[in-house]
Amino acid sequence: MASRWAKVLGAGVVVVAAGAGVAWALTKPDPHPDTYWAGLGEPDMVNGEHLFWAGGCASCHSAPNATGDALKVLSGGRALPSPFGTFHIPNISSDPGAGIGDWTLAEFGNAMTRGVGPDGEHLYPSFPYGSYARLSAKDINDLFGYLKTLPASSNVAPPHELQFPYNIRLAVGGWKFLYFNDRPRVELASADEKVRRGQFLAEGPGHCGECHTPRNALGGFLADQWLAGGPNPEGKGTIPDITPGSRDIGSWSEGDIASYLETGFTPDYDSVGGSMVEVQQNLAHLPKSDLEAIAAYLKAVPAR
Amino acid sequence: MRLRSYVIAAGVACLCLSAAFAQQEPIAARQSLMKQNRQAAGALGAIAKGEKPYDEAVVKTALTTISANIKAFPDQFPPGSDIGDTKALPAVWQKPDDFRALATKLGSEADALLATLPADKDGVAAALGKLGPICSECHKTYRAPTN
Repeated sequence: MASRWAKVLGAGVVVVAAGAGVAWALTKPDPHPDTYWAGLGEPDMVNGEHLFWAGGCASCHSAPNATGDALKVLSGGRALPSPFGTFHIPNISSDPGAGIGDWTLAEFGNAMTRGVGPDGEHLYPSFPYGSYARLSAKDINDLFGYLKTLPASSNVAPPHELQFPYNIRLAVGGWKFLYFNDRPRVELASADEKVRRGQFLAEGPGHCGECHTPRNALGGFLADQWLAGGPNPEGKGTIPDITPGSRDIGSWSEGDIASYLETGFTPDYDSVGGSMVEVQQNLAHLPKSDLEAIAAYLKAVPAR
Repeated sequence: MRLRSYVIAAGVACLCLSAAFAQQEPIAARQSLMKQNRQAAGALGAIAKGEKPYDEAVVKTALTTISANIKAFPDQFPPGSDIGDTKALPAVWQKPDDFRALATKLGSEADALLATLPADKDGVAAALGKLGPICSECHKTYRAPTN
């Protein structure tokens, strides 16, 4: 009899182990191979700086309330409250100890586009690698080259304070399995080069959807509600719908949108507000043609 | 006895109603001030964009409106006026000194521009470039996104 129970138990262990193995295979950290990051040559600093501003790196990674040149000191230290707990934003300055000064291009690239940290660990998607995954290896090389030219800071941010079970990094693998990909967020009928550039900027570095698209309970985007707006994660009010169906900006022309991103004024001369202020001030560093491309993309996405 | 209680009830109702109106009044007043400032900025914007010709009187009026309105603005947030149809965030009442300082900053900038008065289209565009970021600086912390 004992042997029968042992068999059942043994079978159970095998099933659980196999299940765990499958789960691990589907959810383990999955960096690009080293060859992906090889032979990229000298970085293009102009593109690197544009990606820095388009990506809004400074809005999270500079010191609290930094403005002007202080935005280029990526010392970390801001706290980002969320329903899962408080994220403490790390130092990504060129400091070799406190920042990312001693990271390799592969380590930086896998963090940016695969959500994998230098120790092979999953990173939390509060760092929007789900959007940055759309940057090419060349883009990553350019951005990394530019970041290395920015000042070093020795500031060390405290570790994240997350509630169980969000404090288990392994669980991020499940989120990635469900929601992480580098495919286009919407299929666009237009093959216009300007619209494609706008799609790259808005869906990739600009990570517009991270705030402007509503999410389900597990933090995944509602795919058919791309850029349709949603509750303000920071409190009162809502984040506006920015598709052509928006009651707020649906009536704006392409020129109105580009002008808003450049100057911070709406067509009726209200000013940009809330967390969009920093976004707009970052985007104002981009060439006008890029702002026009984002505007063209916003006019091309499905109306919601 | 019965009549007296009606009178008291009616009196209480009146008080409550007037309290409710008192809350709407500063909200309406401050929204009106902001609307006028938006229109003033719009008048400057039309010149800056070349949609309207440069007109010294228009520029002067617009800057005067912005200056006067923003100085009156921080006094339109009495306690209790955080409730109602308003985008004002609790931070207005939590950090009143900073809130007031930003209004003063915009007022001073508008006064400085009035003192030298932008002389052409490009000057008006530059003036808007100075005023706009102060608008945003305040709207970043003290105003909720769309309702």
